[in-house]
Amino acid sequence: MKLDEFLEPASKSVHRKGPHDRIVLSSRVRLARNIQDGAFPGWAKKPERLRVLDIIRPAVESLPEMAGGFSETMDNLSVLDKQILVERHLVSREHAIKSAGSGLVINVGETLSVMINEEDHLRIQALYPGLQIRQAWELVDRLDSELEEKLDYAFNNDLGYLTACPTNLGTGIRVSAMLHLPGLVLAEQINPIITSVNKLGLAVRGLYGEGTEALGNIFQVSNQMTLGETETEIVERLEKVLAQILEHEENARATLLERKAKTVYNHIGRAYGILANAHSISSKETMNLLSLMRLGVEMKLFPASAGLIVDELFILTQPAHLQKSHKDKLSAEARDLLRADMLREQLKPVNRPVIKSEGAAGLDKNEKA
Amino acid sequence: MLCHICKEKTATVHLTQIAGDKLHKIDLCEACAKEKGVNDPAGFSLADLLLGLGASQELEQATGSATVKCPKCGFTQGDFKKTGRLGCPQCYQTFASGLEMLIESTQKRTQHRGKVPERLRAQRSFEMQQATLRKKLEAAIEAEDFELAAQLRDEIKQLKAPPVTAPAK
Ligand SMILES: [Zn+2]
Ligand SMILES: [Zn+2]
Repeated sequence: MKLDEFLEPASKSVHRKGPHDRIVLSSRVRLARNIQDGAFPGWAKKPERLRVLDIIRPAVESLPEMAGGFSETMDNLSVLDKQILVERHLVSREHAIKSAGSGLVINVGETLSVMINEEDHLRIQALYPGLQIRQAWELVDRLDSELEEKLDYAFNNDLGYLTACPTNLGTGIRVSAMLHLPGLVLAEQINPIITSVNKLGLAVRGLYGEGTEALGNIFQVSNQMTLGETETEIVERLEKVLAQILEHEENARATLLERKAKTVYNHIGRAYGILANAHSISSKETMNLLSLMRLGVEMKLFPASAGLIVDELFILTQPAHLQKSHKDKLSAEARDLLRADMLREQLKPVNRPVIKSEGAAGLDKNEKA
Repeated sequence: MLCHICKEKTATVHLTQIAGDKLHKIDLCEACAKEKGVNDPAGFSLADLLLGLGASQELEQATGSATVKCPKCGFTQGDFKKTGRLGCPQCYQTFASGLEMLIESTQKRTQHRGKVPERLRAQRSFEMQQATLRKKLEAAIEAEDFELAAQLRDEIKQLKAPPVTAPAK
């Protein structure tokens, strides 16, 4: 099966909703596992990687959760398809550059993705929309328990699951959430939040950039240590911290509207103005401005229907997705033109933001004058 | 300020991570940051990076030489220096003493407390009970508490190994 026939189109996938998805875009849990008999993928020669792939792939495919899923070896996927998978968060960047000897299995619904011969023999990931970390852990735990009946995992009494990198030892778990935090960024409160979250042993980083320069105001929070705590302890700690960040973000938004409404409206209005009228725009700028429009939707300056359009544009304006809808290989400049065309077209049904306190009539009057 | 990795270019990416009471700081140039996957949200951890940089010396001190090779996969600590990754599961035994410090400095504790594959659970709990009792026994002998030692010896004898379970299909 072809990848683009398997993946749900962005227009459908934006309808996947989860709790608190105003702020928590997605929750992810991934486990690192290796089989006892075989060198880690980074050290194994190609014939050995192929042998390990032949052991693991059928075992994964046979799981009831993976029925009807997508299964392919990485050498059979085009560079573009691999980039699409990265943009959909279904494979890591590291896995996207793998070729012969590595594989991928995704379930229907795209909540489970199993990378074979990434850095470890197995990287099992569960991905849910919104704040559903516990549910993601339960799903990935079940899949792992089914797999351990078929595969001889490398496990040590003291060190737990053995992984290629010692920073994944023990539970092999990485729990993370992707957060949209425009309120904390605009209120300039994001740095102290990052520092205090760091102190709890959790990492915070921009999704596509560094530190506070996070593109689209999107941040990822994840555990760093994997050995010495139970999976449940790690999941619960992250849940607690996320609940606090959520509260801070909501407070920041409320305070901004109270004290700096003009500044916020100015940001959102300008974002709309550029997105709906530009003729050339980079992926980076698009992401930053879409983030502000998303905030505008949540502050009810745009109708709720605009929310789905914005979320879809977040996906479709990324480089590989944009390239996918065109036959010829596009240069970066050509992509910027096409991206702007797409934005103008998609945003046609979205009217300029309406500020309640001033009233629509007031705005009309100004326009006539 | 120079980049910690290449020590040539100016560092423009400054990272600080505080894990528990440990503070890790590192400064990188743009190129090295990219190469080390600092831009990959799914793959990056500062501990990883530190591991690749400082780990090999620790490993060298512990193994006493650069020539120790994993009997199973042929991996050496020189290879670890290059990648910050090990060669195979067996490597954890081969380089155990060198890895101990490293694991201590990057992880919460050095004893796994999470999930255990079902098939290994009974055997693991037997082995761990045995190990705990043996340690107590040694301590008792050291302290010349022979009454306690005798009691512990009996306990160890009474521990029963679980029946051997079939390996995975
Ligand atoms: Zn450098
Ligand atoms: Zn080895």
